[in-house]
Amino acid sequence: MKIRLEVIKDVREICQKHKDEPSPLIVILEEVQEKYGYVPVELQEVISEETGVPAAEIYGVVTFYSFFSLTPKGKYVIHVCLGTACYVKNAQAVLDKMCAVLKIQPGQTTEDGLFTIEAVRCMGACALATAVSVNGKVFPRVESKDVEKILDEFRNQEAK
Amino acid sequence: METIKINIEGHIYEVDKSLTVLEAARSVGYNIPTLCYWKGGHNSLASCRVCLVEIATARGGRLFASCVYPVADVPAEKGFVIKISSPMAVEARRASVELLLSNHNQDCQACVKNGHCELYEVASIVGARPGAFKGSKTEVHKDEIAPGIIRDSSKCILCGRCIERCKEAQGIGILGFEKRGFNTFVSPIADRSFAHVPCIQCGQCVNVCPTGALSEKREITCVDKAKAEGKFVVVQTAPAVRAALAEEFGYKIGELNATGKMVAALHRLGFDRVFDTNFAADLTIMEESQELVNRITKGGVLPQITSCSPGWINYLEYYYPQCIPNVSTCKSPHEMEGAIIKSYFAKAHNLDPKNIYVVSVMPCTAKKYEAKRPQNANAEGLPDVDAVITTRELAAMIKRAGIVFRELPEEEFDQDLLGQYTGAAPIFGVTGGVMEAALRTAYHTLTGKEFGPIDFKACRGLDAVKEAEVEINGLKVKVAIASGMKNAKVLLDQIKEGKSPYHFIEIMGCPGGCINGGGQPFVKPNLKPEEGADILETYREKRAAILYSIDEKCAIRQSHNNPDIIKVYKDYLGEPCSELAEELLHTTYVANREKYPEVK
Amino acid sequence: MEKITSPELLDQKISECTEKLSAKITGKGGKRAILVCGGTGCLANNSKEIIEKLEALIKEKGLSDRISVNHVGCFGFCSQGPFVKIYPEDTLYRAVKVTDVERIVEEDLINGKIVEDLLYVDPQTHEKVARMDDINFYKKQKRIALHGCSVINPDLLEESLGYDGFKALKKVLTEMTPQEVIDEIIASGLRGRGGGGFPTGRKWQFAANVKSDKKYVVCNGDEGDPGAFMDRSILEANPFEVIEGMMIAGYAYGANEGYFYVRAEYPIAVQRLLHAIDAMEKAGLLGDNILGTGFSFRCHLRLGAGAFVCGEETALLNSIEGKRGMPRPRPPFPAVKGLWGKPTCVNNVETLAQVGYIIRVGAAEYAKVGTAGSKGTKVFALGGKINNVGLVEVPMGTTLRSLIYDIGGGIPGNKKFKAIQTGGPSGGCLTEKDLDTEIDFDTLVARGSMMGSGGAIVMDEDNCMVDVARFYMDFICDESCGKCSPCRIGTKRIYELLTEIVEGRGTMETLDELKELAKITKNNSLCALGQTAANPISSTMANFYDEYLAHIQDKKCPAHVCKSLSKYYIDPEKCKKCSACSRACPVSCIKGVPGKEPYVIDQSKCIKCGTCMATCKFGAISHE
Repeated sequence: MKIRLEVIKDVREICQKHKDEPSPLIVILEEVQEKYGYVPVELQEVISEETGVPAAEIYGVVTFYSFFSLTPKGKYVIHVCLGTACYVKNAQAVLDKMCAVLKIQPGQTTEDGLFTIEAVRCMGACALATAVSVNGKVFPRVESKDVEKILDEFRNQEAK
Repeated sequence: METIKINIEGHIYEVDKSLTVLEAARSVGYNIPTLCYWKGGHNSLASCRVCLVEIATARGGRLFASCVYPVADVPAEKGFVIKISSPMAVEARRASVELLLSNHNQDCQACVKNGHCELYEVASIVGARPGAFKGSKTEVHKDEIAPGIIRDSSKCILCGRCIERCKEAQGIGILGFEKRGFNTFVSPIADRSFAHVPCIQCGQCVNVCPTGALSEKREITCVDKAKAEGKFVVVQTAPAVRAALAEEFGYKIGELNATGKMVAALHRLGFDRVFDTNFAADLTIMEESQELVNRITKGGVLPQITSCSPGWINYLEYYYPQCIPNVSTCKSPHEMEGAIIKSYFAKAHNLDPKNIYVVSVMPCTAKKYEAKRPQNANAEGLPDVDAVITTRELAAMIKRAGIVFRELPEEEFDQDLLGQYTGAAPIFGVTGGVMEAALRTAYHTLTGKEFGPIDFKACRGLDAVKEAEVEINGLKVKVAIASGMKNAKVLLDQIKEGKSPYHFIEIMGCPGGCINGGGQPFVKPNLKPEEGADILETYREKRAAILYSIDEKCAIRQSHNNPDIIKVYKDYLGEPCSELAEELLHTTYVANREKYPEVK
Repeated sequence: MEKITSPELLDQKISECTEKLSAKITGKGGKRAILVCGGTGCLANNSKEIIEKLEALIKEKGLSDRISVNHVGCFGFCSQGPFVKIYPEDTLYRAVKVTDVERIVEEDLINGKIVEDLLYVDPQTHEKVARMDDINFYKKQKRIALHGCSVINPDLLEESLGYDGFKALKKVLTEMTPQEVIDEIIASGLRGRGGGGFPTGRKWQFAANVKSDKKYVVCNGDEGDPGAFMDRSILEANPFEVIEGMMIAGYAYGANEGYFYVRAEYPIAVQRLLHAIDAMEKAGLLGDNILGTGFSFRCHLRLGAGAFVCGEETALLNSIEGKRGMPRPRPPFPAVKGLWGKPTCVNNVETLAQVGYIIRVGAAEYAKVGTAGSKGTKVFALGGKINNVGLVEVPMGTTLRSLIYDIGGGIPGNKKFKAIQTGGPSGGCLTEKDLDTEIDFDTLVARGSMMGSGGAIVMDEDNCMVDVARFYMDFICDESCGKCSPCRIGTKRIYELLTEIVEGRGTMETLDELKELAKITKNNSLCALGQTAANPISSTMANFYDEYLAHIQDKKCPAHVCKSLSKYYIDPEKCKKCSACSRACPVSCIKGVPGKEPYVIDQSKCIKCGTCMATCKFGAISHE
């Protein structure tokens, strides 16, 4: 994948900004992830060059923490909580339905690039079990029958 | 040394207080099995859980990883008892190994590490039960593309020794743990091949790998094929090979100078000529010291840096391309030897160079890559060297041929134009050796006198960075020596900043030089406890001692006094750094080598 | 706020702020205050919009100078949120919707009449309860760690100062030696609230005993247990209290730098914490020479990037150091060799939240609450099959029964209580027979579970315990760092065996193997994650052995959860041929002819999601 030059420049700047902090690798990665939605290998090589941390180690960090993604995510990132409180309230059925409807597996993105489904471990919204969030907006007490309705809200936004 | 008394199963021992339980036990005669422990390591320690021992007090026993548990915390006087063979400890160690086996491909018979595998050995020691646990296996990641080193994660037990080795010895860090949990595997970034990352192919990772997950890329079949095709197959052996080859046949480290038996074996393996790379080492000294003299006298770029280690050359191109003008353009000795064989030797014997197949036996995995560089070929693209096999591969070939090494007689290298060598050559195999050899000749070139005393002790020893000063014709020549890239980096940074005070620097890719190369016999305390508890601290000195003793026993100890060298210049090359010498014996480097080339 | 440069100035500021806050609560000066919950749960239920609407309407009605609108931290009673509380009357409205705001303004704020239908209704007496303190859920609680939650505005340092904030800090800096602080914490009996329950004071003492040019305090806010959210709520509701605890720790053992490690999934907590640090720096309460006492302290924040294992203290330290969160062997302990090799104490959010209180009231007073071995209070996140889902803080020694029934309001839908899981994936299930156990660190361990960070998930008869065990194992497999072989491979093998059982392929030998693997992972693993990984298996096998047998011998899942062992079918007699089930089926495996032929499920395609059964209005669909 070719990364645009201005992105590389920006990532170098992010590295420079944090260079005086002790062990800033994860801080840098979080900022890149936040800004670009993913941390591709090519940018990891840039970060390696800037920070002196070996590239394999950076890749090791990126693939260790679930917060980081190697590939771009969909426009709408759906989190289905599979924390215990949600799980005992049948969150798995919600996730299954979501996957069946969008025809993708957790961690994948729909072909049109619109939706990514992620199974997450406890958003701390246990009172709202089963909790589903789309780009941070939390939908409380979701059941599998609500799945289409939630998706439609975002499909409609797109249609506009 | 502060000591402490510890209680191992009722026996009281007084041990060094700074040790861990595993190290202390080892020092008093217990070999607790382990897979991740490596002397001086810290990165992934305590991960394999194979060295578990029970530490018991009056309140009961608990299991601890002995490789990290300090003896200072378990003094006998406070009632601590270290139990290696209690049922709890024995079962725990067995279970750890059985779990590892359940996620391992267990294709042991056909494994390149058959006979050298620590997992295999440990499984036997702990009494692992066949098929104790079954289940799915971690996704397999393989790399068979790189010229020097190959990787097969289905044999990896995630001990992390290789990761640490690359980072600590070389300061590079090509390998890392990727993903997590059951999906964890060890690889370069994004599961790339060693060929597609700035790996220097030194093979240090292979040396510490307890299993067959990392190994050299073998070229034995290439040699077989050349023979079958009726080529004129010439073999040459690097100095360091003879210092360690015998270890593959049951000799203790440092016990035997294997030169004579090695040559006898090579004769029996049917090579058309058996040559010594030492000849070319002398040739290298001629060229390289002339180059140094030229730089000093004609105001060339200084310091000059040696170029005989391909691991170092890889490092140069990937990480310090700005230092390329400093590096001697001399090919490494075996490449020079190949070039001479395919020109001077071929001409003298009326052989078609295309029909000559040069095999180098090297202590090195990076040489495999080096031989394939287009820069190390003649104008028609004919490579100087056709195949590189490691010391370990040579041992495999000897065993394959049914040759009983111990019973071999001592034989001499073939005396055919390239037969003779001086004491300056064998010490190429150890850090500081090239410097010492070069100084002997450079001194002579500049002064017309022999350098004395011949032994230049300041170059010897295994210190990280060595430096010395020699006065030649009133000029104080400052030299420095480093082996291992982490150590070399210090000297290179000085050059980069324009602050290097030196005239001449020797850099070797592997810590300690070629005697500790990535193609040498494995030094595994786990597999050979009889080598002693301190073997990882002493094996390099023991091997180096063999090379220094060869130097001492040589009648001629300066390259410029080698009769065959004098002859090759007189009859063929003219003089050092002549036009022909430049064409055959010198090379070029790549300033813009891509670290992460795009891979399809 | 101007810089507070001396203890005297702090005293002065504290009394000003206290007066101001108390005026707000008591309505002194004829003012009224509205508090709206700004915790994550209520925010997800539109509490932000409620605040905006309130502000807009109040402005419109010209009441702005008489009524203030404030957001506060979690009320705890999350299942009834969002909450709107009105001072000085202390009226509490629950489950407020944006559409209710107009009525609150019109009826209550303008006409002084309580909006009856927004009050909490006691499920037993069916009476409406207007005041928070009269609600059963709150009656048995004691708030120490949650001090200030749902009272103060977490974005205002002034409100913290007005509600006991920094009194303890001033006390230690001006009246106590560091050793006296450690002694006080040891005397209080405070134990770490993050899971292990190690005595906090002793940990500090270890770090104090080590000579070093640099020491650190680390606050562990990487609350990873699924179903636990107390740390998040505390940080969201009163970050000042936690920072103060951290500073006291630093003073006690000689650290002048602190790191917060908070999950990136907690954006609100992170934002409020950063805001609090900033406000304190501006006020001179963080930085050099605090209050002119010579004590300096700085705070930093690092975000957890999504790895449960980073709740383990040595993994957490590696993570702060920018590495993979793989645990380090101990010894050396972090108190000796921690962050960047320097002495470091890692304390949980809730632990640090108790420190200020202990210093303020004294160890003796604090130790009056709790049991012999476990002092003080514990915050629990009640969740799962329980009516009053939420955050509760109870004295140690409260019984599980009281927690579930008195505070939690029992099980919804008249279902039967089956188990309560405490301690998250490292804990175990407790059952009917354990209900009268007085909760503390030691009793829970004795009963085969553990306190953990305080997640308490209730399960009823509809939960399959084998499936629950497998759920936890799946979680652990996913979250195992992969460093040590017993955890990396052992947990995978356990998960595979449990899968065999829930898919009907298990045998009695499977159970033996499970037991062996449970022992191995416990004994051989490097860190607590692996050592406790098998707890959910061991405890469900101990308590629900018959459920395992049902799966293995009868190939049945008594709770009808395990899909491979259950089958949905439509009773043709009862089927009204309405096609509702067919339309609802996500995999379109129900065929029939509307109005003509009864519907039939194609078993080969059925994914056993249960949607059809939930859809059918005529009870024609059942499962076995």
